[in-house]
Amino acid sequence: MKLGFSPAEEAFRAEAADWLNAQMAGPFKDIKGITTLTEKAERRKEWEQHLGAHGWGCIGWPKAWGGRDATIAEQVIFAEEYARAGVPGRVNHIGIELAGPTILTFGTEAQKARFLPGIAKGETIFCQGFSEPGAGSDLASVRTKGRLETIDGAKNWVVNGQKIWTSLAHISDWIFVVTRTEDGSRGPKGLSFLMMDMAQPGIEIRPIQQINGDAEFNETFFTDAHCAEDSIIGAPGDGWKIAMGLLAFERGVSTLGQQMAFRNELDEIIAAAKRNGSAADPLIRQRIAKAEIGLRLMRYGALRMLSNRDHSRIDGAALTYKIQWASWRRNLGELAMDVLGQAGEVTGGDGYRWGTLPNLFLYARADTIYGGTNQIQRNLIAERGLGLPREPRGDA
Amino acid sequence: MDFAFTDEQAMIAETARAFFAENATSERTRRAMAADGIDRELWAAFCQELGFAGVGIAEEFGGAGLGMVEFAGIAEAAGTHVAALPLLGLATAARGIAAGGTAAQREKWLPRILSGDAIAANAGKWHVERQGNYLSGSFDFTPHGNIADIFVVSATGGSWLIERDAAGLKIEAPVTMDQTRPLASLHMDKVLGEPLADHLGAIKAMHAGGWICLAAEALGGAQACLDRTVAYAKERIQFGRQIGSFQAYKHRLADMMVEIEQARSAVYWAACAVDEASDEAPLALHAAKSFCADAFFKCAGDMIQLHGGIGFTWEHDAHLYFKRARSIQTLRAPGNWHREEIAKIILGDAA
Repeated sequence: MKLGFSPAEEAFRAEAADWLNAQMAGPFKDIKGITTLTEKAERRKEWEQHLGAHGWGCIGWPKAWGGRDATIAEQVIFAEEYARAGVPGRVNHIGIELAGPTILTFGTEAQKARFLPGIAKGETIFCQGFSEPGAGSDLASVRTKGRLETIDGAKNWVVNGQKIWTSLAHISDWIFVVTRTEDGSRGPKGLSFLMMDMAQPGIEIRPIQQINGDAEFNETFFTDAHCAEDSIIGAPGDGWKIAMGLLAFERGVSTLGQQMAFRNELDEIIAAAKRNGSAADPLIRQRIAKAEIGLRLMRYGALRMLSNRDHSRIDGAALTYKIQWASWRRNLGELAMDVLGQAGEVTGGDGYRWGTLPNLFLYARADTIYGGTNQIQRNLIAERGLGLPREPRGDA
Repeated sequence: MDFAFTDEQAMIAETARAFFAENATSERTRRAMAADGIDRELWAAFCQELGFAGVGIAEEFGGAGLGMVEFAGIAEAAGTHVAALPLLGLATAARGIAAGGTAAQREKWLPRILSGDAIAANAGKWHVERQGNYLSGSFDFTPHGNIADIFVVSATGGSWLIERDAAGLKIEAPVTMDQTRPLASLHMDKVLGEPLADHLGAIKAMHAGGWICLAAEALGGAQACLDRTVAYAKERIQFGRQIGSFQAYKHRLADMMVEIEQARSAVYWAACAVDEASDEAPLALHAAKSFCADAFFKCAGDMIQLHGGIGFTWEHDAHLYFKRARSIQTLRAPGNWHREEIAKIILGDAA
């Protein structure tokens, strides 16, 4: 067991930090410190391409597909330095962390060649089409339909239905969609995983305004939208297996980058507490200490996940990670507001737009819902982690 | 960076798990609880057959070498079975002597402590006055003070060794809620202590050893509470179903697992940070002690609740965990104190 980094790894850290800091001081100064996913979207797409052009787009991927074959330790370091430099979150995080690994794991060689270079170069932005109005926590009950039809002499998947909570659909180039391709099938059976070009008349997007006033999420409507037959990942009917495999990728190295963003948020709370004197309040001090402990334990939990070599058994740290961070961040938002006091309840500017901490307070209410609510997480932990019997289910 | 056990560390932890599972039975622990709070046969085997007492103490002092990570693996296994052993005294006093004792003190005491021939304790809260090396007053709540042969005591400006039969020392052993780790008061009337060479070095070593020991015991205990309650959830039928299929029940078990996974990260982070002499060590130690103690207490309380009436009986082991958890929360400073220490590190002193 070892926590320190080797001299070679520290040299890599210096290289990454130098490059990132230089970009944030120079050509991308205007996006430094942005904490939402929606602000200055076009510039952030340029930033994705800039990362790709300099080989920093997807460092953990194989070299053959535009990555660097970076070790786990190097990926940890890069994620940490990325956030430390004040670089805003990756608008293509779905492509890098979900679509890419899914294609790497389940895709054909032709599909890898078709999609991976574009993701690595930051030219193909992906979004995710999972949830539907009638399929939230019960994700397997999706109704969006896909069927094979011949269009202009070639077989195509034709898709009809509606997805919801599609994060960043409005700036995305591609979407992966879980569709029901077997008539009369129910639940996880008969689903397929399709990759679809967003730039077509059959796909329409409507933004959803959220409680923080922002609109990161969308409704996505499919009306005879189509994609080529070989745009399916895996075989028809494999959709559930692939979607579940993909959710496992969400707990990879990217969590460390997310944690560094949390670090910045907690530091902002600490600075505010020192400024307004609440840092002397013993109860606030206890809560800040608890937040600090929780954040550190997240880091070491992630390092345990990444260092785990025994893949034969359920990794408890990975299984509990989502509810852990989501609950931690919700508490952090409440702490932020208690530190700010009423100053956190007024904007000081025009429009319903919030600074980092009040926005954190509001946005964190989504954290405990998306990607599996805290309640669904507890079911997963109890059933997969502890082997407890499933709750009886009604007919779909 | 590699935050996983090496093969050797995994082997030591596995040996410890097997040893405690086989020997630290509820029956034996309860015999010790009814007597003086120590399973002497278990301690002798721990020290002599397995040589575990020397883990984390340098070989030049007669220890087995290795570090706090290996020690934590052992303490975790001891905590899993609420073993009635003077492990905390070993983790503190022996390390205090190794780090701060004179050469003569080390040579005299460490071989005896590590072989199990002498039981060591580190005294708790002090209300003493000193004149030179003469101490008068009381050290209260000393773990296993009722049976210890040698005490390491600290007060402002010094640490001393005091033997059990020292002139002027009277030991009072009240009934203790956690009977697996009785607390005793040492009443002193001008007792002559033998000063350690490096008071601050000893304190630092005793704090690190004590906090890691308690945090690791708490981790093992919390995991045992969860494992035993999960087994019960699968076997107990109500309303025609296993009770573990009800969400009101299983969600509480899931919450226990969430706490325990964090506790596991905390224990091994702290142990690693101490072994690597990392700048993070103070923060890690305070985090581990406070977090793991609270996690254990939550799990032990939930264990009683989720067992229903049987969990409230003396016959069931749930109360052993519940009482051990409560005792760990206050031993070597309560959670609020540790969190305030963390607040000082990140916020500075409260104005």
